[in-house]
Amino acid sequence: MLDKVIFYFFAAIAVGSAALMVTRRNAVHSAIFLIATLLATAGIFLQLRAEFIFIVQIILYVGGIMVLFIFVIMLVNLDVALHQIKFARQKWVALIVTLALSAQVGLLFWTMGKMPGQGFPILTAAPADRLPPQNAEAVARSLFSSYLLPFEIASVLLLVAMIGAVVMAKKRT
Amino acid sequence: MQAAAQATLDFLKLYWAPLLCGVVIVAVLPLIVGYIVLVERKLMADMQARLGPMRVGPHGLLQPIADAVKLLIKEDIIPDDADKLVFWLAPVFSVGAALLAIAGLAFGPAFQIAQDLDIGLLFVVGISALGIFGIVLGGWASNSHYSLMGALRSSAQLVSYETAAGMALVCGLLFAGTLNIKSIVLAQGTQCVWFGFLAPVAFFTYLVASIAETNRAPFDLPEAESELVAGYMTEFSGFRWSLYFLAEYVNMIVVASVATTLFLGGWLRPFANIRWLNFLDLLPPLLMIGVAGYCVLRMPKQPTRVQQMFMLAVAGLCLVVGFVLATPVLLPFVKPSLKDAVAPFYAGIHGGFWFIFKVSAYIYFFMWLRFTIPRYRFDQLMRLGWHFLIPLSIINVLVVGVALIVGSYFNLQGWALLLATTPAAIVALVAALIILSLDQKNQARQESTAATDFYAG
Repeated sequence: MLDKVIFYFFAAIAVGSAALMVTRRNAVHSAIFLIATLLATAGIFLQLRAEFIFIVQIILYVGGIMVLFIFVIMLVNLDVALHQIKFARQKWVALIVTLALSAQVGLLFWTMGKMPGQGFPILTAAPADRLPPQNAEAVARSLFSSYLLPFEIASVLLLVAMIGAVVMAKKRT
Repeated sequence: MQAAAQATLDFLKLYWAPLLCGVVIVAVLPLIVGYIVLVERKLMADMQARLGPMRVGPHGLLQPIADAVKLLIKEDIIPDDADKLVFWLAPVFSVGAALLAIAGLAFGPAFQIAQDLDIGLLFVVGISALGIFGIVLGGWASNSHYSLMGALRSSAQLVSYETAAGMALVCGLLFAGTLNIKSIVLAQGTQCVWFGFLAPVAFFTYLVASIAETNRAPFDLPEAESELVAGYMTEFSGFRWSLYFLAEYVNMIVVASVATTLFLGGWLRPFANIRWLNFLDLLPPLLMIGVAGYCVLRMPKQPTRVQQMFMLAVAGLCLVVGFVLATPVLLPFVKPSLKDAVAPFYAGIHGGFWFIFKVSAYIYFFMWLRFTIPRYRFDQLMRLGWHFLIPLSIINVLVVGVALIVGSYFNLQGWALLLATTPAAIVALVAALIILSLDQKNQARQESTAATDFYAG
């Protein structure tokens, strides 16, 4: 019961603020609601005892990426951006993408419902002790043993991106 | 309806102790912060050959309460052009993040709200980093140039110094081998040495970075009063302003606690595991009783009767605390059978004392720096962060890692590990000097081309 209450609390916040994020006109308000969504998702992770994913979500997405988002939004001249909305031509593309995505999600739910004895995964989820304790160590161990190659490739990619960013920023002098 | 009531009951049954701790902390912290401010003002006055606040209570001891009342009844002004929602939200976000970070800290072996959180240290660091939103959004919502400038400076500063602070923490964590705060402190107990000695360079890096992260002088650029009025808080007044103020000081407590936990042995007494130094347990009660004695001695010199009574009350309070600290130490000598029953009280009370003592010392050091070193220019601040601290901390992680491997090769443990880490620290220091000299050469070359910084104002 308690698990369900907590889950629906966070889920309601996540979905509600996601909807608000899309509908707000003001970019900063949108960013704030996106932060709320991310934090609520982090709360669901914490409820599943995935502590490490929880804190990574907060540090990376909320503390890192969203700070940069807001930083950029504040530097960009919002009035100009608002005027340009009139000339947006992506409406139809956006509609098609949305339809495709909702069809996919609907199909997923439909097949899940048809499977015997399973129901929707989210409704049966969230017993409190899903993951073993010390999952931070577990994540590190699997990253540096079984998934070493993907990990290194990702690091190299990030390094390349970082060097690229520095080169781009240095260009003006 | 009944199910909801049942759920609430379950919730309370499971979490009543942390909830109570949380309420107590949220209620007491503003008072503590008020007294930290008083100490800061007194110290500043002392360094500038003044007296500081003297009027409210003996030696201004009631000044924090007067300040709080003043702030609460002040008019709350919201600028016309401000974004009302964000203006309302920003200080709440700041203070909420700071208070939430406290939940992960362990003030003693027993007193921790989020008990046995495996990601302990990451939780504290990550959550307290969210306070930046309060600053940035507050600066943006005020719709004022000074505020926006302060917010931009602040976010740039926090983002750059978080890297250095994180790398310094990684260094400490290499020795601890866990993120759990309780295990970190216990590891320092079993290894018989604080990680601050094993990783002095990391400690230094964290010290500098934590000053920058809490926006304190000499890095208080976001609210540089001589350039930006008050930076991001320019338009805030009354209670909202005091929320920002509270968040800033709570953040100070948080970074001091993180440094204490990781580098200064947490709640452990100095030389915690050395039996023949156990008489050090008498230090805390003797200190408190000494303070009480000093208060009694100074009592006749107070000008009015009320102030004399107040001084006596302070002395009484110190005496009570001293006796509470002394009982668990002395009781086993009187009645050896009570030794086991008293042990948890001893650990809790003395652990709390040492933790608070170390945190206070750290904050005191912050204050010293604030009154000693003049403010940096913004480009100097950025240069220090990116060109010096970040390379230094990355090199330090490498060097300390090598030292640890060498140490485990020769099977060094505890104090003996210093044999491996001291050369490592020296290597890191040499690297730091090389970085500094290179950077200075670079700076001299750049200054001839007269580069100006975008955020410098």
